[in-house]
Amino acid sequence: MSLAETRSDTGAWDGLVQEDRVHRSLYTDPAIFDMEMTKIFGATWVYLGHETEIPEPNDFRTGHLGLRPIILTRDGDGQVHALLNRCRHRAARVCREACGSAERFTCGYHGWVYANDGRLLAAPFPKAFGPDFNTGDFALARIPRVSSYRGFLFGTLNPAAADLRDHLGPAAEFLDQWIDRSPQGRIVVGRSPHRMIYRGNWKLAYDNAGDGYHPGFSHESLIIMASHRAPTDDNTDMLAVYAAGDPDSHGDRNYDLGNGHTLLDQRPGIFPSKWLVNRPQPGREYFEAKIRGTAGDGLADRMLEEAVGSGMNLNIFPNLLVIGNQIQVVEPLDVRRTQLTWYPTTIQGVPSDINTLRLRTQEDFPSFGEVDDNANFEECQQGLEIPEIEWIYINRHLRTGVEETDERGVVSGPLTDDLHLRAYYRQWKRLMSDEPELVVG
Amino acid sequence: MARVLEAFGPTYDPAAKSAHVSDAFYEQLLVDSEAWRADGTGEPAPADVKAECEAFLVREARLLDDLRLTEWLGLFAGDCMYWIPHDPDGGDPRKDICLAFDDRRRLEDRIVWLLTGKAYSQVPRSRTTRMLSNFEVWQTSDPDQFRVRSSFVVHEVRVHEQRAIPGWYGYRLRRTGDGWNIVIKQVNLLEADRGLENMTVVL
Repeated sequence: MSLAETRSDTGAWDGLVQEDRVHRSLYTDPAIFDMEMTKIFGATWVYLGHETEIPEPNDFRTGHLGLRPIILTRDGDGQVHALLNRCRHRAARVCREACGSAERFTCGYHGWVYANDGRLLAAPFPKAFGPDFNTGDFALARIPRVSSYRGFLFGTLNPAAADLRDHLGPAAEFLDQWIDRSPQGRIVVGRSPHRMIYRGNWKLAYDNAGDGYHPGFSHESLIIMASHRAPTDDNTDMLAVYAAGDPDSHGDRNYDLGNGHTLLDQRPGIFPSKWLVNRPQPGREYFEAKIRGTAGDGLADRMLEEAVGSGMNLNIFPNLLVIGNQIQVVEPLDVRRTQLTWYPTTIQGVPSDINTLRLRTQEDFPSFGEVDDNANFEECQQGLEIPEIEWIYINRHLRTGVEETDERGVVSGPLTDDLHLRAYYRQWKRLMSDEPELVVG
Repeated sequence: MARVLEAFGPTYDPAAKSAHVSDAFYEQLLVDSEAWRADGTGEPAPADVKAECEAFLVREARLLDDLRLTEWLGLFAGDCMYWIPHDPDGGDPRKDICLAFDDRRRLEDRIVWLLTGKAYSQVPRSRTTRMLSNFEVWQTSDPDQFRVRSSFVVHEVRVHEQRAIPGWYGYRLRRTGDGWNIVIKQVNLLEADRGLENMTVVL
């Protein structure tokens, strides 16, 4: 019996995931990674994509559920399908493009042709498969449970998983707040994302997603950059919280939303408005004047707020990170390699200039922040390769007694609380201890 | 650090460094982006101008390889753009996210960020050497501005390894009394829409 099999016994993970620490093997052991690709990226709801990426009939875009290649399609009748991108004959992917429009997918190997709802339409020279061959038996497999929350498509192979809305719990309310910043409550996810790869385990990105402790140090370069530009303005983004004493003293908070979902809420530390403190976007002056001239100051103030970040980092376990006004998707490639895909978002019901400014805002952090995070993840992975030093620590504010529980049972703590890590590792342990029967449709 | 920052002047005057990014500017970017991609539509520049442009851009490459970043910044006009499209066809930056879309202000930010020594994606600093070739230089409607297209390979040694970053440049260069300026630099990466590792060297 391998180490990984031993650990799959209920309770067997307790030694490796403790209240205040996590074992290095969770970041380095290929057997554990393989289990994660079924027990997590398979057995719980995983973010697949957004309905607005396939807006028209016959649109498609490819992606992954864990390591499984998938195709999200919208058939001719407008119905959405999440198909496994694997020819039923000899396994080749039937679609090799990132996105596009197609009524059919033809396997490049032996020419099997599938409709965009998954049906096998034809296999060349079928007589040789024998008299019992029936195309109806060889439709593309599909993710059997796909559910949308306001356009966000999640899928699972686990028939026993709770309904999506119950699974999201209070995280859905914060997603509502994020979506409803736009006047029509509709966001559009861009089809050409920025893909970044780092050499480290996927959880290093999730660890960091709710880490309010690192910005003053990991992003000191950004803080110096911003303070140089605005030497007399101590209120520029991040400066107010991270360059002025204890970051826990400004009201920003960390929330455990259940099922591994968390929120780093930076809205309390933002004043007087996000637009005023945001690092400036190219063309800010021209377009602000233009928008004010057209809309008037009151409406313009409200719309300009939508051109900048939300002040929220909403983390939906295991792979959807809503950051500022972008969507970051965590895509494991192997135990030591991860792709972070940043999807731009635009909103409906505002002048196109607002969305252009929004794109210019979205180019800032991946350029000057995320790249430094990724470099630090790679350094963590290097350190985790030392077998004799076994633990990483997740114990900030574990014993300070400052966490609070609201009437719904949502626990929150100060900005630099490791609550986020403790919360998601509880869910990780629960999922890794289960023995679900996964199915494809 | 303080001395380095002084090179940028005491303030970030937006009138001089960002306000040029207007509707007309975006439209001009699309015109240039299409022109660099078209073949045979522009009037070739005279040989002496072509030679000057090539020498200027070889000089630019040298400054980047030597990490003389404030001097490199000095080659750019106030109304400039350093643009790395995400779309291999250039795309429309009003609708598409870019890997970089730096007006003068954000380009100065980029250099300040690198020079802090705390941008951990560049600790230790990458070493680069870049190859330029296949220069084409065309006239524009402005007698003092020229479009240039050239191919490049940037060889980079980073923390773990050496790699090659291939692509091509589109430039709009301006001839002034003090020599040449870069108005627009478009960096077209072959891998622009693929998974990219640590794309933090200045290209």
